[in-house]
Amino acid sequence: MSTLTTPVTTSPEARPVPPEGSAWSRWANAHRKWLFAAPAMTFVAVLIVIPVVWTGYLSLTDAEGSVRAESEFIGFQNYLDVLRDTDRFWPAVWRTVAFTGVVLLVEVVLGMAIALLLWRPFRGERWVRVAILLPLVATPVAVGMMWRLIFDPNIGMANQMLGWFGIGPQPWLAGQHSALPTTMFIDIWQWTPMVVLILLAGLTSLSDEPQEAALIDGASTWQRFRHVTLPLLMPTVIVAILLRGIDALKTFDILYATKGRGGGSFHEVETLNVYAYGLSFDYNDYGVSSTVLIIFFLIIIGVMWALTYRKKGLER
Amino acid sequence: MRPSRPYRVFRGVALAVVVVGLIAPLLWMIAASFKTNVDIYDTAKTFSFSPTVDNYANVLQRANYVQYIGNSLWVAFAATVLSLVLGVPAAYSMSRFNMRRSALVVLMARVIPGVSLLVPWYYVFSNLRMVGGFTVLILSHMFVSLPLIVYIMMGYFDGLPTELEEAALVDGLTHIGAFRRITMPLSVPGIATAGILSFIFSWNNFMFALVLSGADTKTLPVAIFDFVGYASIDWGGLMAAATVVTLPIMVIALFVQKYVVSGLTAGATKG
Repeated sequence: MSTLTTPVTTSPEARPVPPEGSAWSRWANAHRKWLFAAPAMTFVAVLIVIPVVWTGYLSLTDAEGSVRAESEFIGFQNYLDVLRDTDRFWPAVWRTVAFTGVVLLVEVVLGMAIALLLWRPFRGERWVRVAILLPLVATPVAVGMMWRLIFDPNIGMANQMLGWFGIGPQPWLAGQHSALPTTMFIDIWQWTPMVVLILLAGLTSLSDEPQEAALIDGASTWQRFRHVTLPLLMPTVIVAILLRGIDALKTFDILYATKGRGGGSFHEVETLNVYAYGLSFDYNDYGVSSTVLIIFFLIIIGVMWALTYRKKGLER
Repeated sequence: MRPSRPYRVFRGVALAVVVVGLIAPLLWMIAASFKTNVDIYDTAKTFSFSPTVDNYANVLQRANYVQYIGNSLWVAFAATVLSLVLGVPAAYSMSRFNMRRSALVVLMARVIPGVSLLVPWYYVFSNLRMVGGFTVLILSHMFVSLPLIVYIMMGYFDGLPTELEEAALVDGLTHIGAFRRITMPLSVPGIATAGILSFIFSWNNFMFALVLSGADTKTLPVAIFDFVGYASIDWGGLMAAATVVTLPIMVIALFVQKYVVSGLTAGATKG
């Protein structure tokens, strides 16, 4: 008696069928990789890559005045001029580096502390999370205006509060030397929550086992943080530094909102981004502004490359 | 591991300080927006003042803010929808076919300083007589939205198992059919995250509108500067304007808090 040992499906629905449809549909499916990616890539190429290449070209010309004016190719003359400019360019570089360095350091340390406080669940957690989200999504220009009132030397809340402790009024944003630190404070207020959220996501994804093992081995709270939590969290810390660093280098909105054009009358808060904006749209000095932008761009790429390199080293 | 009692007390106090530090300035802004300028200049009336809505009447009627709110909404909405249409399929392709170099080109846009694009854009669009129109404003905001959406959606698709798509192919769907009927419905949370974040960033964007918007297409962050004069500042009006700009986006963000947080932390814990 012969029996079928293997079940054979006879229903036509269950069998793989070749894709049907028109020639267009077959072509579209075969080329879906580029069909899907091409519109976005075209947009990026036309609106981003070409302008960047153009900026590179403009930096080699003496274009200024009107966008329609004739310009001449002058080679690397702009670069020589800019790199020798100790009046506006180098102070702007210094301010950019100082601004980014200080806000990154404070935001990461403060962000880490707050993230560790929020790590384990507790009552009222929801309200803390709301408070952390609000500065993050607030419009930076409006935030700048808000702090402008708080830091106003005559009517601001900041000096009023100092008065309660018997401390004299400070110039804050109006002072030639206090303006940049004050803008750093504003940036720290708005963006520390971003670091908190990123680090908290990292902490939540860590497994409990190394912690428990360290606890059994008698490690103190600090030892557990220093030798267990921090090394495991390091890749996330670098992501936070990377994301915040890019934005901190390019800070524009709060500087423009608090000090206006050119970073104030003495260029107190003129970073590279503010300087390049001023050269382009206040002075219409397109050649020099493009040169500053290309140098700025190279600095950003360099910093990013170094950080990514460091992160890869940690993951190995 | 239940924390010890002293630690819990310390944590409570520390977090209270954090919450007050983050919220108080915002409340201060809102309080000032309900004061007359005379009261703002009087430090005795810091906490006790008779509230007035004159500043808001001023902002919404005289300063034309109703129109600017409409402009901001339209630009953010259009830039987000167009970026989703371009970005979601592109992110899918880049994730499934491992197009890391193409992805890098798109993501470079997050790194490039916006000013370096503004000069060429201004040049081209002023020759086309498009500066001051909505089209160029929406395109410029897509420069922020598209890379953001591609970044978030690539991470999302990377984490989406391919088995369901493969099953759909076996059942006779085409590749594009499987993307449309299986992957897209599964991606709704990711698309919501990307869309919400793109809307927030576009609403808050200042620099592009500063250069490219005209009197009729001004967005809210640019319109704030109407209250900053050369000689004096209308503080009450300025604070009301700042509140009108930023309060709606904060309220929206609270309602969709989960999505905002997952978008902001996308890619933070892997790769």
